[in-house]
Amino acid sequence: MIYTPVIGLEVHVELKTKSKMFCSCSADYFGKGPNTHTCPVCLGLPGALPVPNKTAIDWCIMIATALNCKINTFSKFDRKNYFYPDLTKGFQLSQYDLPFGEKGYMQLSNGKKVGITRVHMEEDTGKLSHIDNTSLIDFNRSGVPLVEIVTEPDFDNATDVKEYLQRLQQIVRYLDVSNADMEKGDMRLEPNISLRNEDELKNKKLPKYKVEVKNINSFRFVEKAITYEIKRQTETLESGKNPVQETRGWNESKQLTFTQRIKEEANDYRYFPEPDIPPIRLTPNQIDTIKSEMVELPDAKLERFQKEYELSHYDAEILTREIITAEYFEKTVLIGKEKNITAKQIANYIINKKPDITSLSTTDLVSTILEATQTVQMDEPKLNEIIERVLATNQKAVEDYKNGKETVIMFLVGMVMRDAKTKLDAQMVKSKIQEKLQ
Amino acid sequence: MDVTNLTIIKALQDLRSKKYSAVELTNAYIERIKKYNPVLNAFLTVNEKGALDQATRADEQRTKGIELPLLGIPIALKDIFVTKDIKTTAASKVLRNYIPQYDGTVVKKLKDAGAIIIGKTNLDAWAHGSSGENSDFGPTKNPYNTDYVPGGSSSGSPVSITSNMSLAATGTDTGGSIRLPAGFTNTVGLKPTYGRVSRYGVIAMSSSLDSIGHFTKTVEDNALFLNITAGHDTHDATTPMKDVPDYMEHIKKGVKGLKIGVPKEYYGEGLDPRIKELVEKSLKFYESLGAEIIEMSLPYTEYAIAVYYIIQTAEVSSNLARFDGIRYGSDRSHFGDEAKRRIMLGTYVLSAGYYDAYYKKAMQVRTLIKNDFEEAYKKVDVIITPSSPTLPWRLGEKVSDPLKMYLSDIYTVTGNLAGVPGLSVPAGFIDDLPVGIQILGPHFSESLLYQVAYPLEQSLKLYERKPNL
Repeated sequence: MIYTPVIGLEVHVELKTKSKMFCSCSADYFGKGPNTHTCPVCLGLPGALPVPNKTAIDWCIMIATALNCKINTFSKFDRKNYFYPDLTKGFQLSQYDLPFGEKGYMQLSNGKKVGITRVHMEEDTGKLSHIDNTSLIDFNRSGVPLVEIVTEPDFDNATDVKEYLQRLQQIVRYLDVSNADMEKGDMRLEPNISLRNEDELKNKKLPKYKVEVKNINSFRFVEKAITYEIKRQTETLESGKNPVQETRGWNESKQLTFTQRIKEEANDYRYFPEPDIPPIRLTPNQIDTIKSEMVELPDAKLERFQKEYELSHYDAEILTREIITAEYFEKTVLIGKEKNITAKQIANYIINKKPDITSLSTTDLVSTILEATQTVQMDEPKLNEIIERVLATNQKAVEDYKNGKETVIMFLVGMVMRDAKTKLDAQMVKSKIQEKLQ
Repeated sequence: MDVTNLTIIKALQDLRSKKYSAVELTNAYIERIKKYNPVLNAFLTVNEKGALDQATRADEQRTKGIELPLLGIPIALKDIFVTKDIKTTAASKVLRNYIPQYDGTVVKKLKDAGAIIIGKTNLDAWAHGSSGENSDFGPTKNPYNTDYVPGGSSSGSPVSITSNMSLAATGTDTGGSIRLPAGFTNTVGLKPTYGRVSRYGVIAMSSSLDSIGHFTKTVEDNALFLNITAGHDTHDATTPMKDVPDYMEHIKKGVKGLKIGVPKEYYGEGLDPRIKELVEKSLKFYESLGAEIIEMSLPYTEYAIAVYYIIQTAEVSSNLARFDGIRYGSDRSHFGDEAKRRIMLGTYVLSAGYYDAYYKKAMQVRTLIKNDFEEAYKKVDVIITPSSPTLPWRLGEKVSDPLKMYLSDIYTVTGNLAGVPGLSVPAGFIDDLPVGIQILGPHFSESLLYQVAYPLEQSLKLYERKPNL
């Protein structure tokens, strides 16, 4: 029996807005002293009310747009009711049936189109830490804006999943809406993994169970965790049993998944529309304005670089991997134009020499390239003199060249350049030597 | 010092003319509280030291020539208004020792206006009730007959006015909790339009229904107070950017040519015929002044109580979730019976499998009830109804039958469901117990409500009828 993996992804991206989602506390909580970024609202104190952060909503719509989603012109927040010590109000403000974005897709390099079910906004919870028999709660993170991106269960292998995540990370970093650092927790991932048997595959049916895996904190482990889980579920099915529907955690040190929580049925969150926040009505004009503020996305930039700068796909991909590199490159090209330095030259230099673009200014880079390629004009008779001398003292090479060994000419060019002791135009020297050896 | 004939306006005049100081005035009220509160149980917390400090400061400011609209006026706050450093309990054992770390917006506005916070008043715990009997700290008594209820859930606040223990008192009205007790205590009680006054810093009962209002002795005092509390608040996303007019401007305009709607659903079965007679007397009075009385219908009224008790309990069940006792307050075992009842009802109507049949359906019918009013206001300017179908009842009479208690809200819940403003104003006495009428207007028509109430108040002068304490 052949089993095909069925994988869906839930990614949470933490937005790097100045303030939290529903209050004006600073959202920049990483590394700060516990409970120093709090107020009655994010602490859920009696009488406090939420007021939505417009920038966060705009950014969520940008992410949804980048993922080709339909943007809902009528949207709202809903209460997701459940109890947990890190959830101050006893409910989380989220979106249920009218998220800001839905029904989008992302295209992977192998042509596969991954469906994006929804892109919505919600607030983060506080952070629990456990020491001996005590649990401590830090509410600095409570109320920080999160965008949740859910895919259709369209993946069937771990490699595609990794590519999707890298592209998603690239997109949100391009948009400058999140640092999307898995290690810092501003990009969190939960794959849902199950296996289809041949019958289910043929009839396009989803398996009757799914296993959610949590606590995968780096790209390094995404593929490993998924591969492990696929193997584990295959073994279970092959032994004649059905895998349990549950939540499992990824154990980094032991490199395995373990049972965390058995999900027999879905929690009843008793969702209802948040009465403290009026629904959000967006006009097509407003949506267009938000879209117009978006930077050029990686795919579009990649294509444009190939066309506009006549770069190879390989080169363009490297230059557009990070927006900071791409912008640096384009600025340098503009400056280089005036000094007759080509885009290809600049591209080559950046790709091969890997300069530190944060410390090397674009003008300095151009100067550096100029120096490296500078050719000095030399007095024609003087040059001829040097060429004659080199040819005279390298008779064997000259003969080899005349006998058909064409590559020898570069040796002769090198000798001329060495004697000349200045940077001459190599092509020019080569032509002169060829002339003389005619 | 006799404070039993004072209003806010009179007290401000006296303070300006230095007839007495704010400290003297505050002391007089504190004395009355010490004397009468043990019987009436209107106050849960008396802010004696704080009030005197505030009064001292008020006197200093007045000496410097600083003019503030409530400078030196003692006011009371329903103990559901969060006050910094002053115990706030919502009349529940869960919060019996809770001291908040911030002032709500309305509290801040009142303090900035120079008001003296004299104490926190009693209520049905969590504002769940219509009589004051659900307080975890004993019920408040009706000053006109201490065997009877003053109405609720804002029970202590109107009692503090009527027994001259404060000059103004805040309340909340989610299903009638200002209008009903105002009618029972011979006070003027305003439920403003939803969103007219900020809810930030008021412990939430039912978020889409809670309206932040107040009690005073007179209509003019009431308008003066609204001038201070009304307005957009950046901390409350449900307050619109609408301008705040001067609510005192048109009070004396009169009712000539106004169309007063009388909905038949509010005058039918269940209404005490003596109350009906009294309300009709008021309508005749308005007619004599040139108003037109128009019979009309609000057809979806019969669904209002059911719709209200589904939506309200659903929101209550979610709003009370934060009281888990982990960071403040006591744990859930300290919730009283009525709170538990409403949490269970609310959780039920929101559960999977029941949401569509109950909550969603109720929200849809709510729109129909709202439309009733919108249609009505195309034909009439205001609507007048009784504030309550019955007279105040004896303490203990309805406690064993929660549903019977719920039916007391029958004339008031529609106002909350539609978000419209309502003003309860004294209309008379029956069996020596107060009776009020309710004036309902379109959204943001509070000025008009005051304009309609004023001539009746001036004709009856019921604010002169003091309780025998």
